[in-house]
Amino acid sequence: MNIHAIRAIYVFELSRTWRTLFQSIASPVLSTSLYFIVFGSAIGSRMETIDGISYGAFIVPGLILLTVLSESVSNASFGIYLPRFTGTIYEVMSAPISVAEILCGYVGAAATKSMILGLIILATARIFVPFEIVHPFWMIAFLVLIAVTFCLFGFVLGIWADGFEKLQIVPLMIITPLTFLGGTFYSISMLPPFWQTVTLFNPIVYLVNGFRWAFYGVADVNVGVSLGMTIIFMLTCIGVIWWMFRTGYRLRQ
Amino acid sequence: MFRLLQVLPLSPIISVSGLNKVYASGLHALKNVNLDIRRGEIFALLGPNGAGKTTLIGTICGLVRPSSGTVTADGHDVVTDYRAARAKIGLVPQELSTDMFETVWNTVSFSRGLFGKPANPGHIERVLRDLSLWDKKDTKIMALSGGMKRRVLIAKALSHEPQVLFLDEPTAGVDVELRRDMWAMIGRLREQGVTIILTTHYIEEAEEMADRIGVIRKGEIILVEEKTTLMAKLGKSRLRVDLKEPLAKVPADLVAWPIDIEDDGHALVYTVDPEHDQAGVAELLRRLVASNIDFKGVETSRSSLEDIFIDLVRERA
Repeated sequence: MNIHAIRAIYVFELSRTWRTLFQSIASPVLSTSLYFIVFGSAIGSRMETIDGISYGAFIVPGLILLTVLSESVSNASFGIYLPRFTGTIYEVMSAPISVAEILCGYVGAAATKSMILGLIILATARIFVPFEIVHPFWMIAFLVLIAVTFCLFGFVLGIWADGFEKLQIVPLMIITPLTFLGGTFYSISMLPPFWQTVTLFNPIVYLVNGFRWAFYGVADVNVGVSLGMTIIFMLTCIGVIWWMFRTGYRLRQ
Repeated sequence: MFRLLQVLPLSPIISVSGLNKVYASGLHALKNVNLDIRRGEIFALLGPNGAGKTTLIGTICGLVRPSSGTVTADGHDVVTDYRAARAKIGLVPQELSTDMFETVWNTVSFSRGLFGKPANPGHIERVLRDLSLWDKKDTKIMALSGGMKRRVLIAKALSHEPQVLFLDEPTAGVDVELRRDMWAMIGRLREQGVTIILTTHYIEEAEEMADRIGVIRKGEIILVEEKTTLMAKLGKSRLRVDLKEPLAKVPADLVAWPIDIEDDGHALVYTVDPEHDQAGVAELLRRLVASNIDFKGVETSRSSLEDIFIDLVRERA
């Protein structure tokens, strides 16, 4: 195991976060705070409770995931795309380092940043709305699992993309809409039966509900299914990355 | 020559055997390349653009996947035992690919860690001082000149104390002074026992530094030779005799000689083949005197490695 290489990549990637502190942390925290002010405090105070949970508290897990998912994908994709774009990837590809070690470095750093952001947003949310976390261990476990999984997905995206436009399209055009439609701001039981069925094809529904279960002990779908779907997605991403490195897809000629 | 063999053990540190690379486009970039690089030598790989130099280096360093054949670095296969093989190698790429927003110190330290070495500020300091980068250690790379960026790339490649250093066009776009500095630096590395393989367009660079020369053309290694042997074997001397009176044609008793008339008959140029008798020069001058052909000056020159290279590539075209 090339521990020094993992550490080098991890520290290097995190240092990029500190260099762009406002863009990396302050900006998502600010936008999430605005969500809480508008949906949690202003509109939420006029909404009924959902499953006995105040509307402001109900949207907390979804809003955390909204940021964690988009930041995970963005950070991890940018982390590997930037060296490809500048040409410095030659150094990683010629180093005595395995795929697993490369992933530990890049994905580990991106996931760390996402989790820090998630926890900052959690603390920010607590300022606006009161809530208790029923299963704190599972909340952390889901946060880690979801952050790592979407960082892996972002890593795939960063290798696949051949331009900055493609890097931005996936988080903006796929992740954010799916998160909004995945029960972030509502319970899927509030939808008509047809749309409830359609919604079940949205993978984000399972993530949001698993995470919400960890907070309040209630969910629209079985928590085991949520966990299983997340793990299947993670394994799929790992499989794709393994294939990319094995074939040299956009990495080696 | 004997001293050189004493200094350089003959076991190859890089061994390339039956190497082929066919790109997805169908381009056969390397054709059955066989090449041994000796431990501690400076090997210059010459070839025209698109000859396969960078592909060969990329294959050895792990950037290009070989289609067939094997490459070992210090006995370790670069594919099946890539960890051990790559740890021995440092690469300075042709392109100035750097982390623009990082400082010199951080980017060089990053490279050392990437190659599995624990932090060693003392070594990094030595490398930076050797490359005249110490004063710039806290400077962001984007603020450096092109020449300085090239030095940073060399520092990164040396950060993990490699046994073999690949320099792909190391002095491209570098001014004359900096080029001389780099030559001196490469000389120092060689004294420390680092094997150096360089590709260059500046043939004077190879002539100045290399122990051996390899020429690659259209993916094939067409020649590997000691530089001194190559120049003695393929180099040619020219004797130019400036005449007082122009000649319309080569004098009758010199017709069989490899002599040309130049400058509208004002000069006779005799090409001396090193494999033949050098005494021909004296005989030529005697015959000119005997034929009452007056001359006002005599000038000799020897073909450079560049001339040899151009002849070689042209011959095989």
